[in-house]
Amino acid sequence: MEQTALPDKRYEFTAKSKTLSYVLIAIGIVSIGISFATHSHQAWSNLLWNNFYFMVIALAAVFFLAIQYASEAGWSIAIRRVPEAMAMYMPWGAALMAIILIGNYIAGSGDGHYIYHWWHHDVYDPESPEYDPIIAGKSGFLNMPFFIVRVLFYFTVWVGFALYFRKMSLKQDLEGGSSHHLKLRTRSYQFLVLFAITSSLMAWDFIMSIDTHWYSTLYGWYTFAGLFVSGISVMAIILVVMKRRGLMGHVNQHHLHNVGLFMFAFSVFWTYLWFSQFMLIWYSNLPEEVAYFVVRQEQYQGLWIANFFINFCIPIFFLMTRDAKRKPMILLVMGVILFIGHWIDVFQMVTPGAVGAGGHIGLIEIGTMLGFLGLFRYVVLSHFAKAPVVAKNDPFMKESMQHSF
Amino acid sequence: MSKKLVHGIFDEEDTMMQALTSLKQAGIKVKDVISPYPVHGMDDALGLNRTRISICCFLYGITGTCLAVLMMWYMNIFDWPMDIGGKPSFNLYKNFPAFVPVTFESTVLCAAHGMVITFYLRSKLIPGVEPTVYHPRQADDYFVMTVEAGDEAGAKAAEKALGKAGAVEVKS
Repeated sequence: MEQTALPDKRYEFTAKSKTLSYVLIAIGIVSIGISFATHSHQAWSNLLWNNFYFMVIALAAVFFLAIQYASEAGWSIAIRRVPEAMAMYMPWGAALMAIILIGNYIAGSGDGHYIYHWWHHDVYDPESPEYDPIIAGKSGFLNMPFFIVRVLFYFTVWVGFALYFRKMSLKQDLEGGSSHHLKLRTRSYQFLVLFAITSSLMAWDFIMSIDTHWYSTLYGWYTFAGLFVSGISVMAIILVVMKRRGLMGHVNQHHLHNVGLFMFAFSVFWTYLWFSQFMLIWYSNLPEEVAYFVVRQEQYQGLWIANFFINFCIPIFFLMTRDAKRKPMILLVMGVILFIGHWIDVFQMVTPGAVGAGGHIGLIEIGTMLGFLGLFRYVVLSHFAKAPVVAKNDPFMKESMQHSF
Repeated sequence: MSKKLVHGIFDEEDTMMQALTSLKQAGIKVKDVISPYPVHGMDDALGLNRTRISICCFLYGITGTCLAVLMMWYMNIFDWPMDIGGKPSFNLYKNFPAFVPVTFESTVLCAAHGMVITFYLRSKLIPGVEPTVYHPRQADDYFVMTVEAGDEAGAKAAEKALGKAGAVEVKS
């Protein structure tokens, strides 16, 4: 394999491409504006749902980088700049999350509608008519100071490691040698341990605590599986688009196969957890547990079925064969389908709990998503344009270029 | 035996892989290589067809799925209707969540066992069948390359080519 053709190929983030992002952001702002202006009861949950979705896609990219460094995987060096650029959305996602949480807290103090029911002070007060012994019993974990500490901890860890991985990778590009690789490996071990804890806890904090009475021990894993599939799907989309532009000529069908394998395997893994969570609750039939699924199955039946169909049936049939994973167009289409599928999945996790029966996905919701997509696209592509598309001085570069199986 | 088999024994993966290329260039057809472990890229270098065992796997899996569903329908719905999870629907479709784990396990069981048995039958590793051993160390640490030579002259050429390519031993 030739080494000479590689160095310093760059993606150019053109003015035309930037305009598309601006238009998407404008659509998003208008949509959010309309939903607040019309006092839509879904306004806050739309923000939480969409921002959470894009934030965890960035988180999945950080996680992907960490597993590659920790396992010293060679193949992924060729595509590493893609998850690196995606990980750079992490500070934006975290900052917007903080703004949304604070905004909802302030707005909720006025009109009494928090996304998180446990934010009400009355539910902890035995004298109050709103007193809720179940939530009060959880106050050791679900209390505001501890919540703030936890959220700050997640954001520090995620943003810190995302920036560190990026910084070291760019430094390696200039300086070469194996010292950066070894440092990145050590940091990745640390991140993976912290990620195991924070990914579970953040799923409880940001999503599961919306349905405050309900709990599921599988929830952290379920959220993790979903976020990893959506992250890999977005990675596949960017990879294939860049390959079609001629920037990723060094990415061969074996690299694509690996990305396809991740998409396929984690779609099945997601279904496994989604179903395990459902089946155990369905089978044991305890009122406090089934409440979660009753509202989703009865009020959101179409989306409930679509969620399973899009995220399981489509990938298992279209990504199962070896040839399918090697065709860029199939990966692109599957990436888009899974991206939409997991967007619907996060809707199912957030909205029924936040607004009850009346939630829906309409034009406003799609517009909100496009707004976040525009911002995500802008941040990711502008970072992608800042560095050469190949991390050329990695000690495993040669192995990655020759990757085949 | 109308066709003569020539075996070249190699002790290094790299030498063996290079020998595959050099024999191909010399116009000698390599029939098969017995290796102690899977070698990346060897199938392509040999020009072997893609394995069809994945098709078998799918068919065995579907068989397992159907058998499991049939069994559970007969036992829990038809022959002795069961009240599953406090939901007395007595209906296969409505009770299906409870049947998914068994269906899944049965699919895996049939697919895995079917594949292993098919593989043994296909490679003639059946009890009672005398195994073909070209070299006592063929699956320990040695690679055995089998060349199918048309006649005496072809066999001589193959022996020479194998020896030149670095085989530690050539047997015919």
